[in-house]
Amino acid sequence: MTRVLELDGITKRFGRLTANDGVSLHLMQGEILALLGENGAGKTTLMNILFGHYAADAGTVRVFGQPLPPARPRAAIAAGVGMVHQHFTLAGNLSVLDNVMLGTEPLTRLASRRASARARLLDIANRFGLPVDPEARVATLSVGERQRVEILKALYRDARILILDEPTAVLARPEADRLFATLRGMTAGGLSIIFISHKLHEVMAASDRVVVLRGGRMVAERATSATSPAELAELMVGRRVDRPLRADHRIGAPLLVADAVSVTQGGTTRLDAASFTVHAGEILGIVGVSGNGQGALGALLSGLTPPSAGRLTLDGQDIGQAGPRGLIRAGAARVPEDRHAEGAVGDMAVWENAVLERLRTPAFSSRGLVRRAAARAHAADLIARFDVRGATPDTRIRLLSGGNMQKLILGRCLATRPRFILANQPTRGLDEGAIAAVHAELLAARAEGAAILLISEELEEALALSDRIQAIVRGRLSRAIPAAQADARRLGLMMAGAWGDADAA
Amino acid sequence: MRLERRDAVPLALVAAAPLAAVAAALALAAGLIAAAGVNPLTAYAEMLRGALGSRLAVTEMLTRATPLILTGLAAAVAFRTRLWNIGGEGQFYMGALVTAWIGHALGLPGPMGIALLMVCGMATGAVLLAGPAALRLRFGVDEVVTTLLLNFIVILFVGLMIEGPLRDPLAFGWPQSVPVDGDYRLPDLIARTRLHVGLLVALTAAGIVWLILSRTVFGVETRAAGLNPRAAAFAGIPLPRTILGVALISGALAGLAGSVEVMGVTGGVTTTMSPGFGYAGIVVAMLAGLHPAGVVAAALFVATVFVGADAMGRATGVPSFIADVIVALSLLTMLVALLFTTYRIRRS
Repeated sequence: MTRVLELDGITKRFGRLTANDGVSLHLMQGEILALLGENGAGKTTLMNILFGHYAADAGTVRVFGQPLPPARPRAAIAAGVGMVHQHFTLAGNLSVLDNVMLGTEPLTRLASRRASARARLLDIANRFGLPVDPEARVATLSVGERQRVEILKALYRDARILILDEPTAVLARPEADRLFATLRGMTAGGLSIIFISHKLHEVMAASDRVVVLRGGRMVAERATSATSPAELAELMVGRRVDRPLRADHRIGAPLLVADAVSVTQGGTTRLDAASFTVHAGEILGIVGVSGNGQGALGALLSGLTPPSAGRLTLDGQDIGQAGPRGLIRAGAARVPEDRHAEGAVGDMAVWENAVLERLRTPAFSSRGLVRRAAARAHAADLIARFDVRGATPDTRIRLLSGGNMQKLILGRCLATRPRFILANQPTRGLDEGAIAAVHAELLAARAEGAAILLISEELEEALALSDRIQAIVRGRLSRAIPAAQADARRLGLMMAGAWGDADAA
Repeated sequence: MRLERRDAVPLALVAAAPLAAVAAALALAAGLIAAAGVNPLTAYAEMLRGALGSRLAVTEMLTRATPLILTGLAAAVAFRTRLWNIGGEGQFYMGALVTAWIGHALGLPGPMGIALLMVCGMATGAVLLAGPAALRLRFGVDEVVTTLLLNFIVILFVGLMIEGPLRDPLAFGWPQSVPVDGDYRLPDLIARTRLHVGLLVALTAAGIVWLILSRTVFGVETRAAGLNPRAAAFAGIPLPRTILGVALISGALAGLAGSVEVMGVTGGVTTTMSPGFGYAGIVVAMLAGLHPAGVVAAALFVATVFVGADAMGRATGVPSFIADVIVALSLLTMLVALLFTTYRIRRS
C-alpha cells in the first residue's frame, strides 16, 4: 500500500479565526478515509486547501509524492484530485454530457468532440457502476443522480483521489447507502476516497479509517473497525453528548386532524388523500425518501398551500384556508424545512426575524408602526432562553451558525406556547450538540401538551422522538404504527411503499 | 486574487462607497475632458462655480435637485423590494401632463388646487406603474422591459397630446401643452429665483418615505419581501399585495416629481422638459444606497453635475453632454463600489 496523499502541518487562518491548526493526515491507495467533525471543525477548509481553493498559511500538500503548488485548482485536477462539493456545481439547463465536458476542451478547438467524449463518459459510467443518460438535462435529474454526475465529472478528469464534501447531506438513506456501495466498488478499481461527514452511522458503515477534527485540530485517528460510535461522538464533540430520550406520558385528545387531504401543485398531485391525526402531547413522525410529498405536506401545514380536497382541522376549527398568519393565530407554529430559504431573511436583524411572523399583532405593532423596543426585548429574551450563541438582537441573522439560527427559529415558534408544531427536518445539517438541543426543546414542548408533526428523513431521529410513525410514499401516507413496533428495517420497508393495501389509511 | 464575502460591512465603508464612486467617475470623465483639449481641473472648477459659486447658481441647482429627489425616492422604494421600476421617466411625464391638463381649467382656490393637482399627478404615476406590477405578479412579465418601454410610449403620447388636444394656442406654434392656471404655480421659496416650494415637498416626501420604510410594519415587510421573498411568504407576508403597494408608492413619487416640476418651473408640458429626471433618479437611488436620506444627498450631487456642466460648457467649450457621461459613469462606478462593500479582495 502506498500513500497517495499527504497533508503535512496545514494551518489556515481567517482573520482571528484559526480554521486549521497544524493538521497532518495521509490517504492510502484504495482506502476510504472519513473526515469527521462538527460544523465549523475545519473539515471543508482543509479539503479546500487540498483542492487549491484556498492557500494554506503553512504546511504542504503532496499528491503521489509530488508537492502541489498552493491555490491552484487546475494543478490539483492535473495531479488527479477530484472534488465533489456539497452544493453541486452543475448547469441545470445543460445536458449531463455538456456538464461533464465543460472546461475539458481547449477553447481554440472549433468543433466539440462530443462523440468521443460520450463514449468515454459511458465507459467510465460502466466501469464504476454509475449509470447515467448523457443526453438528459441536469435540471430533470434527482438529487442523487446529480451527485452521480458530479462524481463522473471528477472521474472524467482522471481523478484518482476523490474528495466528497458531506456527500449525504442531500440524500435520503437508501440513496446514501447506494452511494457508499458505489464508492466501495470504486476503491476496488484503484481510487482512493476521502469523504467529509458529521454523521456517525455512515462513517462507521462506509469508511476504513477515521480522522476526527475538532476546533481546527486533528484530535484522533482510528481504524474504523477499532472504534465505536460512542467513542467517535465523544471525540468529535469533546465531551459526552447524549440525545435526550422520550419519556412515556399520557397522550391527550386529537388536536390536528387531516381527513383525506390532497394537495395539488402545478397540476400534479403531491399529496394524495392523506389522513393523519396528531394528539395533544404527541409527536407523530412522518418518514420517507426525499421528494415523496414531504414538501407539499410542509407547505400545507405551513399555510402556504391550501388543500385541493379533504379537510384539515386544528381543534375542530377548519384551517385549510387560514394562510400562515391564520395558522399562527389559531395556535400553530412552524419550523420550516430550509432555514436559510424560508426560515429567515438573512440580511435582516435577529430582532426583525424574531417577530416577522407576528409583526401585525398588537404585541409588536400599533397603528401600523413597529414597536421596536418590544420586538428587541422579545429577541433578547429568545436569545437568552434558547441559548442562541453569537447573537444580539441587532446581529444580522446570516452571521449565525446553522445550529444557532435553528435555535432562534425554534424559539420564535415555541415562545407563543403553540398547540400544534410542524417540525419539518428540524435538525438537517446540524451538528450533534445542536441536534440534542433541538430534540430537547421539541420533547419539552411535547411534555407541555403540544401536538407535534415531525417530518424527517433521519430514521434515528424519527424513532427517537416519535410516539407514532407514518411513512410517506409518492404523496400517500401509510397507516400509523406505534414507535415501539417500529425499527429501521420495518420503516425501510414502509418507506419503499411495502405496507400493503389493507394497511393503507 | 479572489473575492470573499464580508461578514459585516462597516458603516464607514457604506458611507465611503458613493464618495469613492463619484471620485472615480470624475477621474474617468477627466480623460474625456482632457481629450476635448481642456484641463480637467479647470473644467471641474468651472463646474463647481457654475453650480455652487453664487446664490443664483445654488438656487438653480436646488431647483434641479427637486425632481431628482422625488424620482430618486421612486427608484429607491421600488428597488428595495426588488421591483425594478425603470419607468420613472414615463411616470414623471404622465404626472406632468395630467397636472397641466387638470390645472389649466380647475376652479378651486390656490392651495387646495395645488394639493389636488399633486394628488392627481401621484395617482397618475401610481396607475402607470400598477400595470407593469400587476403583469409581473399575474404572468411573470419582466417589469424592467415593460416599464422601460412604457417610457417611450408615454413620450410619444405626450407629443401627441401637446400637438393636438392639449396644445397651448398662445405658444406661437411651439409644441407645448396648455399651462397650469397661474393660481396653481408653486410659490417661490426665494424671491427672484426659480427655486420654489417644491423643494420642501420633496424633502417632506423623503422624510415620509424614511418613516414608512424604517418604522412601519409595511416598511419592514417590503424589505423582507425584497431580501428573501420565500421567507417573507413563509412568515405570512402577502407578497402580491406588498409589491403592489410598493409599486403604487414608487409610481406616485415619480408622478409627483412631474406634477411639481410643471407647477413649479415649466407651467406647461414639453417633450424636452425633463433632461432624463426619471433615469437620473435610478442613479440617485443607487448612489444613495437606496436610503431616503442618501437620496437627498445624491440628488444634490447629480443636480450639481447637471447645472455645473452647463456653466462649464459655456466657459470652456466642453460639450455639456459630459454631465450625462459623469452621471452614467457614477452609476457604473457605484455598482463596482457596492461589490467591494459586499466582498473583499484576497490575494491567494
